[in-house]
Amino acid sequence: MRDRYVAAIDQGTSSSRCLVFDQQGRIVSLSQKEHEQIFPRPGWVEHDPREILRNVIEVVHGALDTGGLDVRDLVAVGIANQRETTVVWDPHTGEPVHNAIVWQDTRTDALCRKLSAEHGQDRFRDRCGLPLATYFSGPKVSWLLDSAPGLRRRAEQGDLLFGTMDSWLVWNLTGRHITDVTNASRTMLMNLETLDWDDTLLDAIGVPRAMLPAIQPSSKIYGEAGDSLGGVPIAAALGDQQAALFGQTCFSAGEAKCTYGTGSFLLLNTGNRRVLSGHGLLTTVGSKIGDKPATYALEGSIAVTGALVQWFRDKVGLIGSAPEVETLARTVDDNGGIYFVPAFSGLFAPHWRGDARGVIAGLTGYVTKGHLARAVLEATAWQTREVVDAMNADSGIEMSSLKADGGMTANNLLMQFIADVLGVPVVRPNVAETVSLGAAYAAGLAVGFWPNVESLRANWHKAAEWIPKMGEAERERGYRKWKKAVQRTLDWVDDDD
Amino acid sequence: MPKPIQSIERASAVLRLLSGRTRRLSLAEVAGELGLPKGTVYGIMRTLLSVGFVEQDPESGKYRIGAALLHLGSSYLDGNELRTRALNWADWLAARTNESVRLGTLHDGHVLLVHHVFRPDNSPQVLEVGALLPVHATAMGKVLLAYHPYLAEDFGNGTLQRFTSCTITDPKLLAIELDHVQEQGWASSLEELIEGETSFAAPIRDRQGVAVGAIAISGPTERLCDDAQPRPELVSYVREGARTISRDLGAVPW
Repeated sequence: MRDRYVAAIDQGTSSSRCLVFDQQGRIVSLSQKEHEQIFPRPGWVEHDPREILRNVIEVVHGALDTGGLDVRDLVAVGIANQRETTVVWDPHTGEPVHNAIVWQDTRTDALCRKLSAEHGQDRFRDRCGLPLATYFSGPKVSWLLDSAPGLRRRAEQGDLLFGTMDSWLVWNLTGRHITDVTNASRTMLMNLETLDWDDTLLDAIGVPRAMLPAIQPSSKIYGEAGDSLGGVPIAAALGDQQAALFGQTCFSAGEAKCTYGTGSFLLLNTGNRRVLSGHGLLTTVGSKIGDKPATYALEGSIAVTGALVQWFRDKVGLIGSAPEVETLARTVDDNGGIYFVPAFSGLFAPHWRGDARGVIAGLTGYVTKGHLARAVLEATAWQTREVVDAMNADSGIEMSSLKADGGMTANNLLMQFIADVLGVPVVRPNVAETVSLGAAYAAGLAVGFWPNVESLRANWHKAAEWIPKMGEAERERGYRKWKKAVQRTLDWVDDDD
Repeated sequence: MPKPIQSIERASAVLRLLSGRTRRLSLAEVAGELGLPKGTVYGIMRTLLSVGFVEQDPESGKYRIGAALLHLGSSYLDGNELRTRALNWADWLAARTNESVRLGTLHDGHVLLVHHVFRPDNSPQVLEVGALLPVHATAMGKVLLAYHPYLAEDFGNGTLQRFTSCTITDPKLLAIELDHVQEQGWASSLEELIEGETSFAAPIRDRQGVAVGAIAISGPTERLCDDAQPRPELVSYVREGARTISRDLGAVPW
């Protein structure tokens, strides 16, 4: 009998990828394709959902071809997707009525401020675990329905469907209109306790129930793909960060990971307990495997980490490729006294300040491009430190090491600096592609490719470890300066901006 | 359009022929293969020698591609870039072989470690990125030297530093070993740097076919060898990993 494999689709913010894994959780092949980032105005970010669908099908076939495999070699396909990004489409034609509004998009700022005006930013937190912020899907849907005449009426009549990227892909692949519970937990429309859409939230935010997908477990056979993917079962969907938590095998309460990509996301598994944060973290669903109870997580989301390096490459032009930021940063020994707070679309966790904008603080004539490169990298580390502090405070547990993954773990200088400013070791697993691995694990569990989650733990291996080397005094001095720089980003946006 | 210049066409044919061969060619062989008079080829070869595009072995008088041509059009690949591009496949190689993986580039006559993946057994290991290793005693170093012959010439004089009883210290023996490495496409270090430790390496090539780095697995000899012979399946994995990374860098599959 031929070996069998699981494929994971990672529909991310900048690209769609497909990775094929074997039963030991090892990468067999990979294919990826970037899609266009559409910036209609400052602060607005869109994707073309049709382009994304085409790319997804293309990369699955690309990965199969690369590995010399056929779609019949796959036992299942799992999906991990960029979260919150919102698509509304007409089920009769299959055509989106608007480009997808991406999670980074801040067009719902006025709407969110209006919603929080009387009762504050946390008015829905006890229901959905989230503060009112432009990040989440619900306000994006509401904005979209008001963007053109007639849309809201069509949505109320069930003639328009809403979905995050998982829904859009599953609907196109299988014809089912569903979403998984982790994606649903990012809409601000789902009640965290009942794990169902919440009428109070729907009414307040202005989203008709008729357009919503059915909420399903993260690991379950949703249906079989059509001809485009040769009838393979689509058996998992998770938001990318929840997928990474799963791929890092953080199955038990107290286990945490941080994924370093365009943005960075620290998630702590809190088991069956919903911990409501007093320090600006999000409460979210970690996963739900078949009929088992859902697992919850605390999340610290940082909007701009890898995106800052990309900005430095594409908009400033001091480097030709993202990895070169390390080369440039190593031309100097320290940050030259500067701190770069990349509040490009406000500050996310733990601050949640939409009125903040980026600053480079501490500039003097001494500063060179090498110092700038250092400050660009250090920004990711200091932002991690803020989130770890918040998580320690909320959970009452001191983190003893950080499991890191994602593309930026290739940056040694950054990983060492994170270990330095956290004062705990940072470890990277052998498969850095934990988002895809998590989706593959969830899909494989649904079809019995793996018997249970415990069998997956044996696949986790340490590939690298960075030990803190910075002295306590230097760490605290740097953190103090960072906090001062953060203060200088606040209250920048005015009402007439 | 003006007529093509015949002498440039012929010089190009000579260079193409030399670059396609791993061993040096004599004047007669080049003339024979191209179907040109020896006198004509001799004139072309003298000119190419003078600009450094070919090199002549002083003993045998045979020719090969010169260093100047290798530098031409070969873009410098940043070590941090190489690590990033190789990340997934270095992990893959460690998972397949159950050994630690290292990536190296040439730096001031040494192998600079740009990436290190722990052996996937969760045992305590220390990250060695940034370390410099001797070229003549490591599998990565031999691979890089074999594909950069003009650098290998720096090792032509005196004796080489000894690390173990197996270290190759005679430059002549090293030269023979490097020819062998170039022919077979991979290198080994059989306890030549550290007693009891064996390593296999293969070249990572860029779009121009230039070896921009090497990837290696290392571990105890008893795991990597059977009866003092490299285990072929491990060597295959190293070469497959190197080929996959090279393909990602734009190299034409070989």
